[in-house]
Amino acid sequence: MKILAVCGMGLGSGLLLRMQAEKALRQLGVTADLEVADIGSARAMARTADLIITSNELAEQLGTVKPRVVTITNFIDLDEMVRKLRAALQET
Amino acid sequence: MSSSRGCATATTGESVSAASLSELLPVEAIELGVPAGDWRAAVRASGEALMAAGATTAAYSDEMIATVEQLGPYIVIAPGIALAHSRPSPAVLQPGLSFVTLATPVDFGNRANDPVQLVVGLAAPDERSHVEALATLAGLLADGPSREALLDARNRDEVRAVIAAYELRSGSPAGQAEG
Repeated sequence: MKILAVCGMGLGSGLLLRMQAEKALRQLGVTADLEVADIGSARAMARTADLIITSNELAEQLGTVKPRVVTITNFIDLDEMVRKLRAALQET
Repeated sequence: MSSSRGCATATTGESVSAASLSELLPVEAIELGVPAGDWRAAVRASGEALMAAGATTAAYSDEMIATVEQLGPYIVIAPGIALAHSRPSPAVLQPGLSFVTLATPVDFGNRANDPVQLVVGLAAPDERSHVEALATLAGLLADGPSREALLDARNRDEVRAVIAAYELRSGSPAGQAEG
């Protein structure tokens, strides 16, 4: 299982996404490789990912990619991350 | 379990050299009740606070605004909260955060999380030095009572006091980042 967190610059929101995803995966008892990509390199890196997490805005810019895309609205709400990751992992 | 390419290579919880939130958010970087007519003015206010703290030059405000123009209002990371930032550049002198509340909330064009009341400015010379401080701030803003205390603060010292109390309560900031 490889999860790709897609962010704009890789310094702010992407970092938050990754921190939250790490906590959420731990809570769900799931082991996964978690990588971060900025929007510029995301499409290339998406080819080898099983799941993508990003914001609504960046998901639109990402366009159609092979892995399922999970969009996060509130980057500091761990419940949202856990809920959406759990649902996505069940279907992946 | 983490590796990355492209950006954000810092690992959470393992950073030993990163500064705490209290260290990266000096009193000069805090402004409350700032009037801002639109999102550009709000981002510029967060840039001016970073400059006042010696973290950036004036050019960084333009770089943060350009980031939103290029990539959209994804920087509104939670209801009412924007994380303004750009990439490392000559305009970044040292790692730093700023904390600016607006007199009147403004729209950034983010359907889910508008309007924005708090703009956090982030200046990062690299991918690591701000990790711990950002993790602490995220934890603090996710904690209802702490968040309310922050947004209700009447002056800069109260903001600093809320942060200091939170850091004390949550143990080492590195431990907080670890979750």
